[in-house]
Amino acid sequence: MAIDRDLAAAIATTRFGLGARPGEIARARADPRGWLTAQIRAAGAEQPPGPTAGSAERLNELMTYRQDRRADKRAGQAKSDLSKIAARVLRDEAGGDFLARLQLGAATDTSFRERWALFWANHFTVSANKLATAALVGPFEEEALRPRVFGRFEDLLVASSRHPGMLLYLDEVRSIGPGSEAAHVQARAGKHPGLNENLAREIMELHTVGVEAGYSQADVTEFARAMTGWSVGGEADPPDRRGAFMFRERAHEPGARTIMGRRYPDTGEGQALAVLKDLAASPHTARHLALKIARHFVADDPPPALVARLERSYLDTGGQLGEVARTLIASPEAWEAPALKFKTPYEFLLSSWRAADTGPTSIADVAPVLAAMGQKAFSAPSPKGWPEAAQAWCAPDAVIKRMNWSEAFAGAATGDRDPVRLADGALGARLTPLVAKTIARAETRPEGLSILLMSPEFQRR
Amino acid sequence: MTRADTLPRPTRRHALLGALGLGITVEFLGTRAFADSERPLANKKFVVIVARGGLDGLSLSPPVGDPAYAALRGPIALPPFGGAGGALKLDDTFGLHPSLAATHRLAMKGEARIAPAIATPDRERSHFEAQDVLESGAAVVYGTASGWLNRALQAMGPTGKVSAISVGPTAPLILRGPIEAASWSPGGGAGRDPRLPGILQDLYAHDHLLGPALASGLATQSMAKVAGEDAAVTDDGPAGGMAPAPAMQKTDRPALPQARKLGATLAGFMVQPRGAQVAAVSMDGFDTHANQGAAQGQLALRLAYVDAFLDGLATGLGPAWKDAVVVMATEFGRTARVNGTNGTDHGTASTALILGGALKKGGIVGDWPTLAQNRLYENRDTAPTLDMRGLFKGVLRDHLGVERAKLDALVFPGSAGAAPVAGVV
Repeated sequence: MAIDRDLAAAIATTRFGLGARPGEIARARADPRGWLTAQIRAAGAEQPPGPTAGSAERLNELMTYRQDRRADKRAGQAKSDLSKIAARVLRDEAGGDFLARLQLGAATDTSFRERWALFWANHFTVSANKLATAALVGPFEEEALRPRVFGRFEDLLVASSRHPGMLLYLDEVRSIGPGSEAAHVQARAGKHPGLNENLAREIMELHTVGVEAGYSQADVTEFARAMTGWSVGGEADPPDRRGAFMFRERAHEPGARTIMGRRYPDTGEGQALAVLKDLAASPHTARHLALKIARHFVADDPPPALVARLERSYLDTGGQLGEVARTLIASPEAWEAPALKFKTPYEFLLSSWRAADTGPTSIADVAPVLAAMGQKAFSAPSPKGWPEAAQAWCAPDAVIKRMNWSEAFAGAATGDRDPVRLADGALGARLTPLVAKTIARAETRPEGLSILLMSPEFQRR
Repeated sequence: MTRADTLPRPTRRHALLGALGLGITVEFLGTRAFADSERPLANKKFVVIVARGGLDGLSLSPPVGDPAYAALRGPIALPPFGGAGGALKLDDTFGLHPSLAATHRLAMKGEARIAPAIATPDRERSHFEAQDVLESGAAVVYGTASGWLNRALQAMGPTGKVSAISVGPTAPLILRGPIEAASWSPGGGAGRDPRLPGILQDLYAHDHLLGPALASGLATQSMAKVAGEDAAVTDDGPAGGMAPAPAMQKTDRPALPQARKLGATLAGFMVQPRGAQVAAVSMDGFDTHANQGAAQGQLALRLAYVDAFLDGLATGLGPAWKDAVVVMATEFGRTARVNGTNGTDHGTASTALILGGALKKGGIVGDWPTLAQNRLYENRDTAPTLDMRGLFKGVLRDHLGVERAKLDALVFPGSAGAAPVAGVV
């Protein structure tokens, strides 16, 4: 199938990117593939705008908050103003992180780079299921993921697995080797701490080899044992370790481990690192990641030839993600596939703002909208992240919520602009004559923009 | 010339929009009237609640009379019957968690029962695989792309007679498939431009995804008015406890009236003339790896939410409760032993909760393998004695009249070996 340059420019900006801003399709038209590859860079993705506290600083705030709470309880008081304020500060910071990320997505000129970063943020999901992880989702993405999204997958995996956000989200900080010194000490105090398999299991199942690899429960448990001791510095630790990754030798399960047929001698902190290295290099991981990338960028049921290309690229380059991204852009299947990817609510809002050349200004406005459409801020329902399938997002209720939001947004955002021109800027050659005609016949300019945003082709990419 | 004159063909929107404006009941698309001979089926209600994350059956229905229970569970064991925070007694072995007071009242009337050692055919202990198997009804992961509840609707007879609804902003796999299902979550309300829905319905005329979704959404919105949703339900209320995880805050006591309201609203949908007879509800937050608590704590709060929802549903159904069956099931149970972080890890069998005025009286459903060390599955989990598909097949056969051949081949493909459980309905 021949794709002319007009259509290729529209696909580059809407399928690979986050939706076209006015004039963007015209800029990409000279060389749509080059427009995309120019966005790949060793330095990784952009950071969301604005000053922010890092994960260690926030965890220290959280520890202070918890100390205050304990003091309140000892004094028999309800929550004091001080601890209420501390909790609110942490929540506000999380809201600020999310808004900044939305603003970056709405305004960036390198929206393929940002979509690539968002893909990995979903792959390595940390969800705001408790105050600590709510405060850490933003720093996790900014510190562990964004700098590495075009680098080696192994480095990304290690950075994710050692970050306090992930260690807290998947309970690794609580996992203690049953045969470790720490377990023996606690046993004398009548406590029986032990393994928590959560992170080990999800690294294998979701982050690397996938269930298709055919590992057993014993492999998961062995990996969990190898990872014991990976922790985060707390109140009792030296100030420079508080809120940062630290290896607790005394909680580490002694002994060699065997995982998926390979033996790992007890090298302490390095034992789990050696496992991660092998997991990253596994052909199962290449296959699993290739399928996920193809599914996100191209089709819920992607062309096998595309998956095979991505898999080959991963294996040939030792998991260089920048090269995998180049392979994706160079693959004809990625351009020829019909636009059937149904936008998630997050993508729908970003592309709407981009189409109208505007952006979000208040987390209080945008958070309820995303929740109502089924994609609550920083709150993927499980470590698997948000679903890809169109059917998951196109429920009747969600479509009504999209329609109501489009109407309200268009009412505020259209101004005296011509919705036909906005449609042309947003979709270019992907705009169908029927939708163009319907927009042209709208009674009001905002109605025209609402029709654009809710059109079948704008809802997809 | 009006705009409608320029359109290629008449659409359903006129009827729908008229109804929306008047706030009257709109029948679900494709719903046809029942013949008199089919009347019994016309009154039946069936609700499936998918508890996501791996609900700990040993907390939902603690076997406090099992000799091994207290030692295995340690700090998360519930006190025996009668004590402070003790389990609510069902029989000499089993109780219900103390958060489930309303459910227990139903159980005392024979309107709630437990299946305490039930599992899907999946044994991988992966949330996502196990939920896929639970909802698709296939024997293996990715066995089918549609949900068994949707295929059950097909098996109930001519297309579109029995209508279904899912609660929550996203469509769960269990109800996906060729039969169109409605979906609803609180916080809707029509927009101000009365033309927009009609224009979009025309644009979606050939769109197999957006077309049916919008039509169904509009119909459900008008039903929601009748069902009693009102401004008191806020955006961050019930929806926050449903499909997406409640973010940045734990579910707490103030959420309980909203849970009750949500149950009552769903009941409101189901008691309307030609309203949904079948419903799917998702609840999450059951993946209790750490600090799950006992009589109090995070799991206790989630169970209180479930109890309030069920109470609202049962009360809201009113006289229709006698024709209702509700099943709450989860993808897998959790380890029999407490783990090192006062939680439990992924396990195998769990408890299914079965409720409704249509139930037959009886004890536990299925056998209890006990928690004796040599009876635990792989020396860690409650051993499954009952195939989840058998329970659902029993309810579909005895409550909704689906014939055995269709249950074995269409609804739960390749499940002939899992016989329908008799004596529940």
